[in-house]
Formats: sequence, structure tokens, C-alpha cells
Amino acid sequence: MQSHSIRQSPWLFGFIGAAVLFVATIIVSRGGGASATFHAAMAFSIFSVLVAISQMLVITSGPGNIDLSVPAVLTLCAYIGMGVMHGSNAWIPVGLLVVAAVGLLAGAFNYAAILLLRLPPIIATLASSFVFQSLAMNAGGDATIKPPSLLSAFTSLSVGPVSVLAVLVVLLTIGLAIGLKRSLFGRRLLATGQSEAAARFAGIRTRQVRLISYAGAGLFSGLAGFLLAGFTGGAALNMGDTYLMESIAVVVLGGTSVAGGQANAIGIWGSALFFNLLTIMLNSFRTPVGLRYLLTGAIIILIVTAATRPLTRT
Amino acid sequence: MSEVVRPPPSVGIGKKRQPARRAGHRMNPDHLQLALPFIALVVMLVVIFAIRPAAFSYFGFGLLFNLAVPLILASMAQMLVICLGDIDLSVGNFVGFVTCVVAVFLRDKPFIAMLLLAAGIVAYAAVGVLIQLRSLPSIIVTLGMSFVWLGLALLILPSPGGTAPDWLTATMALQTPWIPLPLVIAVALAAAGHWLLKRSAYGVVLLGAGANPRAAARAGWSLLQARIMMYGTAGGLAVLSGLALSGLTTSGDPNIAPTYTLLGVGAVILGGGSFTGGLVSPVGTVVGAMTLSLAGSLLSFLNVPPVWQVGAQGVILFLVLAGRVFIGRSGR
Repeated sequence: MQSHSIRQSPWLFGFIGAAVLFVATIIVSRGGGASATFHAAMAFSIFSVLVAISQMLVITSGPGNIDLSVPAVLTLCAYIGMGVMHGSNAWIPVGLLVVAAVGLLAGAFNYAAILLLRLPPIIATLASSFVFQSLAMNAGGDATIKPPSLLSAFTSLSVGPVSVLAVLVVLLTIGLAIGLKRSLFGRRLLATGQSEAAARFAGIRTRQVRLISYAGAGLFSGLAGFLLAGFTGGAALNMGDTYLMESIAVVVLGGTSVAGGQANAIGIWGSALFFNLLTIMLNSFRTPVGLRYLLTGAIIILIVTAATRPLTRT
Repeated sequence: MSEVVRPPPSVGIGKKRQPARRAGHRMNPDHLQLALPFIALVVMLVVIFAIRPAAFSYFGFGLLFNLAVPLILASMAQMLVICLGDIDLSVGNFVGFVTCVVAVFLRDKPFIAMLLLAAGIVAYAAVGVLIQLRSLPSIIVTLGMSFVWLGLALLILPSPGGTAPDWLTATMALQTPWIPLPLVIAVALAAAGHWLLKRSAYGVVLLGAGANPRAAARAGWSLLQARIMMYGTAGGLAVLSGLALSGLTTSGDPNIAPTYTLLGVGAVILGGGSFTGGLVSPVGTVVGAMTLSLAGSLLSFLNVPPVWQVGAQGVILFLVLAGRVFIGRSGR
């Protein structure tokens, strides 16, 4: 733990990459647009970070745990939230509560399916994502319901170049990082993720821990949907699509182990900023969308190859 | 093979083993496990034929299972990767890439098309090498590859279009005597897969490399070679899937098959496979893929409103897999 070389902290790659891209953007645009670039990257990273937090909670709870229902829960909650509020500012608190409840229930449903039907998490969350998608389609109806004006204003409110929502999500991330390290639940979650059998012998109610982590994942996905719908002016059926693969990539490149039991909340911000800056930069160069995907994929593979030390996997 | 019905370790650890209640004259749970997707398939067919008796014909079967062919091939590719304890998140986008190569190059510049498809298979094997040599998590590497294939497909063919060569379209529309082509292909693939993976000497080694890599390595088998074989063959099957798909749709589309990735995983698990490695069934996977692709037709025959069809597919997946749990429980 004494020598903090980059190999020991692979999650720093995200922050370093983000910084390099940021500087590159400033140089290319000759100093202009730095503030706008930073602003846009922060704004889009908020949602990447929220879905990544969901995915992190699930991935940390053990090997093979992954939540494929993140986009479906996000979309479902966006539609239900917008439907409940119906554009009225007074209903925002109710909308938020309903969305939180739906998200928690969706996550709990996932874990119930895993536990009761003894399904692998990938399959259970895949099947339930189909169900949530249908529910979202039914909740949606035909017309797009506009978000309440206050919610829209709040999601894009900023003081100078800093988005208020981004600051809140940064605080949330820091809180989660501390919580995972210091709180009883955080320690229990990490222990469960490292070895469920050992954790159970140590007296941890591992089922309860995993239930909470899945429900928490649903909660954050739902929250992301609620805010994203406010930010983009309404819910859309495909609004969550890009977030499935992105949430996994951001979490893992942020330093969370796919094998479970090791989480890194702060690292999520690094890789989220990195990916969003990359998109913004390539967009500003008018790079063909195909090349953008190609580069994103190549970078994911490069980083994971560089950051993973061989022989860490058993 | 008594391990086949063991529940996934992540959920089943510490669960008390239930004693066999009526041991003796029970079907081998292994076979029951395999029979389950088959039973689901037959039940669905019976319902469809009850609603539309006309579908019970040569053409009916052909139409019902036409689109199952590419899904079966993609599921078998996924099965080989899952057999090693890995997962392939890129196969759907790779199939999309293949349809683009086929639609843009295969008719007029067949040499370039062959070269690109061969390069795709080599890239698949290379992914296996990378995962093996650097001990990387397959889920992340193949996630990266899924973006790579999507990107390449979009560079070749930015929007859906192109034309598949006539011989390919004609092959997919071939009218085989007595039994429709999709069923012939399905049976042939199941038989070939079963024979190669479960009966041939090296196939058993590959299963062993998935079930217990350390033991296979200690016994002198090369894990690197196993990964090259499995990933390379998976790439080959995915190329066939793309060929079949573009033969059916007569064109290419980068975004045509992203669902194949997860539906393929579903088919493997439905067919009795497990993520723990070494536990997969080629026959089960073929039947699982047919079940999943038939689910869509069944729902439209049942007049399920379009907004509920996706959800109903999820419910079907839950129901069939729930059946597996009960077999696992009573079969012990």
C-alpha cells in the first residue's frame, strides 16, 4: 500500500485520460470552449455516474452479479415519474417518491427472481428487463409528457461553469465511497462480494445484503431516469439503451472488480468524465459515428489490458 | 455428471440438500433438464397449431423457424464461450458486422468479403488469446469488442442497405424435400455440436478445460489452445449466423442483431447450460434458441398487444427457467 504506482491504482487511468483529453480539447480549440466543454462533460457524466453507481452496487455483491435491467428500470421510472407529475411543479416531491419506490421495487424484484428461481443474475435481470420494458411502454402512452418546469430548470441549473446537480452527485459519490469503506453495510457488502459462504459463516445475513444492493441499484437507476427525463425534456423509450454497456464499462474502468467484493465509487467519475469528454471531442471533430465506437471499444480493451495485472484471477 | 442440476453457486451455497423423495423409478434429472426446453417448444407449437391449423404444414414450419436459424448459430457461438466459463457480449454486434460485409462486398468483391470475414474469425481467436494470456475478465474485453464491431459495421455501411448475393438468398430459401430447411439445419447443428463437443476426444478435453482449467492444464492440455479453438469456432459460427441473417433479410444492417448477444445467453441457459464452465448442451442450446425465437410468433398468434409482447417474452423465460428449479429440486 505504500507505493502508489499507477498499476496499483488502475482507476487513476480514467482521471488521467480525462485530464489529457480536456487539455487536448483546449489546445485544439485554442483556449476557447474550455468552459463549455467542461460544462457539457459534467452534465452528461451525471447520468453515466448514476447508472454506474447502480451497476457498482450489484457487481460488488459477488462474482457473476450484473444488472442488465438498468436501462429498463431507468426508462420505466422516467415514464412513471413524468406521468405522476404531469408537468406540475407541486407534484415533484410525489413524483420523486413514486420513482424511488418503483426503483426499489424493481431492484427487489430482480433479487427475488435470483433467489427464488435460483437464476443466474444475468438471466434474471435480462428477463425482468423485458417485463420492465413492457411496463414502460404501457406507462408511456402516446404523447410525451413534459417534465415540470422546475425539474428541468434544476437539472440544468449551474453556478458559473459548475452544474449544481453535478456537485450533488459528486457529494453523493464521496458519501458512497466513505460508506463502502466505513459503514457496517459497506463492509458487509464487500465481505459478501468476496465470498458469500465466508460472509455467511461470519454471521452476515448475505441475502439481506444482496437484496439491499439490488434494491439500491434499482433506486439509483430510477433516479437517473427521473433526472434524465427532466434534463432532456421528457421520457423516451430508447433513452436508456446506451447506458447498459456504458454502465458496465464505466464501473470496471473506474476500478471496481468484476469478480465482486471490491468497489471504487470515486473512480467512476474519472472514467465517466473520460468517456464523455471523448465523445464530445470526437463529435467536435465531426468524426464518423463508426470511428467513435471503434475508438471507444479499442480504448476499453487497452485500458483493461494495461490495468489488469496477470495472475490476479484465480 | 450429477453436478448438472447443482444451482448456481452464487445463490445455492449453504442451502440444505433435499433428499430424493421417490428415488428409483425417476427420470434421470439430466435428461429432464434437457427435456424442459423441448417440452416448452412443443407446448408453444401445439398452441400455435390449435389457433392456426394451417400453420401445421411444410411452409408453416418453414416460416415459423426461418429466423431461428441465425439465432441458433449465434447461440452456439455463445455456448462455446460460456463453456469456458466466459461470456461474449460482442456476438450480436459481430453478426451485424458480418451482415454489412456480406451486403456491401460479397456479391461484387467476394475476395475482399472473404478476407474481412476471415479477419473477423482471427480477431475472435485473438480475443481468446488476450483473455487467456493476460487473465482478463472476458465480459469487459468482449464489451469493448462489441463497440469495435459496431464501429466497423457503421464505417462499412453507415445506414441499413446493400444487397446480399443471390446465391445466398437462394440458399436460405432452399426447399429441402419433406422437412423444411430451418429444421434440417437445426437438427444438423445439434447433432454436429453434440458429437464434436460431447463425444469426440478433444471435445471432452475442451469441456474439462471449462469445468476445471487448472486440472486440464495439469493434465498437460494447453488452455491457450482451448481458448483459441473455442473463440475461433465461435467466430466461425457467428459468421455463419450473419450469412444466414443477411440471406434472409437480403441486406445488411449494423444494428440488426444486438439482441442476439443476450438471447443467445438465454438460449444456452435455457438449454441446461450454466455459467460455471464446462456445463453446456449443444442440443439444449439449439432447442432453447428455437424456443426463444418461437416465443415472438406465439405471442402474435395469441394476439398479445405489441406493448406487452416484450414483457411476455420475459415472463416465458421466467416460467421455463422456474420449471428447471422444480426439476432440480425433485430430481435430487
